[in-house]
Amino acid sequence: MDMEIESLLRPPESHMPPYPAKVITVATGKKMVVRQVDRKAVPTLLKAVLPTLQIPRDYYDIVGVRLYAELLGWYRYRVRDHYCLIGQVDGYLMGIVNGRMYTPEVGMSYHTLAIERGLTVGVHLFAAKMEHHLEFLDQNEVWITAESPIGFRRWMIEYGLVPKTDAQHELGGASFYVLTKELWKANKARLCVGDRPCPEDLLAAAEAEIKLPSEEEVREKILGAKRRQAK
Amino acid sequence: MRKVAILGVGMIPFGRRDDDNLMDLLSAASLKALDDAGFNDRPLDALYVGNMAAGILNHQSSVASALADSLNLLPAAADSVENGPASGGSALKNGILAVASGYYDWVLVVGGEKMTGVIGPKATDTVATMTHPQAEYIYGATLPSLAGMFARLYMKKYGITPRHLAKVAIKNHRNGLLNPYAHIHTKITLEGILTSPQAVVNNPIVSDPLRLYDCCPVSDGAAAVLLCPADKVKEFKKPEVLVAGFGQATDTQTLAERDDPTDLKAVSIAAQKAFQMAKLTPKDIHVAELHDAFTILEIAESEHAGFFKKGEGAKALDAGVTEIGGGLPINPSGGLKARGHPLGATGVAQVVELVWQLREEAGERQVKGAERGFSLNFGGFGNNVVAFVLRREA
Repeated sequence: MDMEIESLLRPPESHMPPYPAKVITVATGKKMVVRQVDRKAVPTLLKAVLPTLQIPRDYYDIVGVRLYAELLGWYRYRVRDHYCLIGQVDGYLMGIVNGRMYTPEVGMSYHTLAIERGLTVGVHLFAAKMEHHLEFLDQNEVWITAESPIGFRRWMIEYGLVPKTDAQHELGGASFYVLTKELWKANKARLCVGDRPCPEDLLAAAEAEIKLPSEEEVREKILGAKRRQAK
Repeated sequence: MRKVAILGVGMIPFGRRDDDNLMDLLSAASLKALDDAGFNDRPLDALYVGNMAAGILNHQSSVASALADSLNLLPAAADSVENGPASGGSALKNGILAVASGYYDWVLVVGGEKMTGVIGPKATDTVATMTHPQAEYIYGATLPSLAGMFARLYMKKYGITPRHLAKVAIKNHRNGLLNPYAHIHTKITLEGILTSPQAVVNNPIVSDPLRLYDCCPVSDGAAAVLLCPADKVKEFKKPEVLVAGFGQATDTQTLAERDDPTDLKAVSIAAQKAFQMAKLTPKDIHVAELHDAFTILEIAESEHAGFFKKGEGAKALDAGVTEIGGGLPINPSGGLKARGHPLGATGVAQVVELVWQLREEAGERQVKGAERGFSLNFGGFGNNVVAFVLRREA
C-alpha cells in the first residue's frame, strides 16, 4: 500500500468519548448487552449484514446494503468519526446501529438494523444511539432520516422529531428530521432504558465473542412466519 | 335437525404473508380441509366464507363467489358472511344450519383475512368501523380503546391486576410456541414485559391499562372446515367430531348503553345456548378456545361462558387451571394473542384447533384426553357472539 497516498485518502479522526456499555432486560427476560465496538468487529458484523441484502421485506435490503458499505468504509478508513453500537444476548448479535459525528455539535444518524425481530431491539438500539450522540458525545442535535415506514413510525412519530429543510442528510435526498436535546429530555424516560454499569461477567462474555446466527437463521428471524413449515 | 359432523379441517400458518393475496389464503386453507377429509373430487353443495374487511383492506367484494370459481367448485352455492371479528363463527353457524336442515350435505366453511397489506393505523381504523358511527367512531373509539375502558372497569370490579393480564399473555405466547400455525413465536416473561424497568419500552401502553402484549397482532391467515351429516362420516376414515351445540347472541352496539358495561351478556347467552343444545355444562368441557383479542377478554369470557364464577377467572389463571395440563386448558393454540387474529379466520381457526385437539392431532400442545371442546368468537365489543361445543364420538 502506498502509505503516502493512503494517508491522503484517510480522513482525520476526532476525539470521541466512548459509549459506556449497559444492559437491558428484553421481553423474553434475557439480558441484552448494548456496547460499542471498534473496527476489529467489522468483519464479523459484515457476515451478519450480508444475508439482509437479499431481503426486500421492510427495506432490509436497502438498510443492509448501506450499512454494509458504511461499516466497510469505516473498517477501511474511509468514513470520518464513525461509531457502531451493537446489542448481544448470550453473545448472539441482536442488532446493529451506527452513525457519526458530522460536526462537534451535530450528530449524523446512519442505520438501525434489528436481526432479532419482535422484541423492540431496534427501538432499544436506536435510543442507545441517540443517547450516545446527545449525552456522551455531548452534541446538540442528531439528524435522522428513515428508509422504511417502520423507521418513520419509530423515530419521526414516536420521538416527535422536527422536520429540517435547510440542510441535507448524508443518506440522500429524503426528508429528514432533527432530535434536539430538548426533545430528547422530553422522551428519554419512555424510550431509553438500561442499567449501568453493565455487570462485568455479561460484558466480558459479550466482548469475548460476537456470536452470529447462520444466514438461514437471519432470514428466518427477519421473514418470520412465512418460512415456517406446518403440517 | 340432522346431526352435523366436521369431516375435514385445514389451516395455513398465520402471520405476515406478503406474497399471498386473500384468495391465495382462502384457497390454501380450503384445499387443506378437503385433503384432510379425503374428499377428492366429489362435488360440494355449498361454500360459506367468513370475511370482515376485504372491501376495505383488499378492495375486493363477493369473496365467496371468487373462491368458488378459484377452487373450481362451480356450481356450488356460495355466500360471504360478514359479522365483524365473528364472521368466521357466523359463517360456520350458517354452514351447520344448512347441513342440519337437510338441504345440503357437503358444505365447506372458510374464514380468512388479509390485513397486513395496510399500515397498522389503517388496520385499526378498519376494525373500528364496527363501532357505532355517531356514538363511538367519530369520537375516536377503536377496539383497543373500548377494550382499555372495559379492562379498567373489570379490573376494578373484580380485583384483576396488570400481573394477571401479563400472565394471560405469557401463557398464550408459551402455547403459541408449540403451534406451527401461530403468528407469534416468542417466549415472554413477567420480568421482560411488566416488572423490569425496561418493560416500559418492551411493553408500552397501547390503551391504558392495556399494553402491547395485552393486544393481539394484526395477521393474515385462513382456516377451513368441511361439514357433512353425521351419518355420512363413516364413508371416510376420519374420527367423528360432532357439532354438539352452537349459540349466538347480540347485545347493544355501544358499550355505553349497557346497564353494566362489565357484563358481557351476549357471551353468557351464546354459551348457554350452545351448552343447552349440546346437553352439556361448562364442567363437561376439556379444552376451550376463547377470543382473547385483548388479554382481559380471556378472563372475562371464561367467567361469562360459565367456566368460572365472576371474579374467579383470574384466580383460576393464578392456579394454573387454564394451562395445558390444567383442569381447563384455555387457548392451547396460543389464542388470538399468539396464533394471531385475521378477523374472518378466527372463528373457524378456533374450531380447527378444537378438532385437532379432539382427534388428538395437536402435537406438542395436545390436551390429554380431550373429548369435548368449546369455542367462543366475539364480534364487535361483545355485541355479536357465536359459541360452539364440539364432541368427539367414541
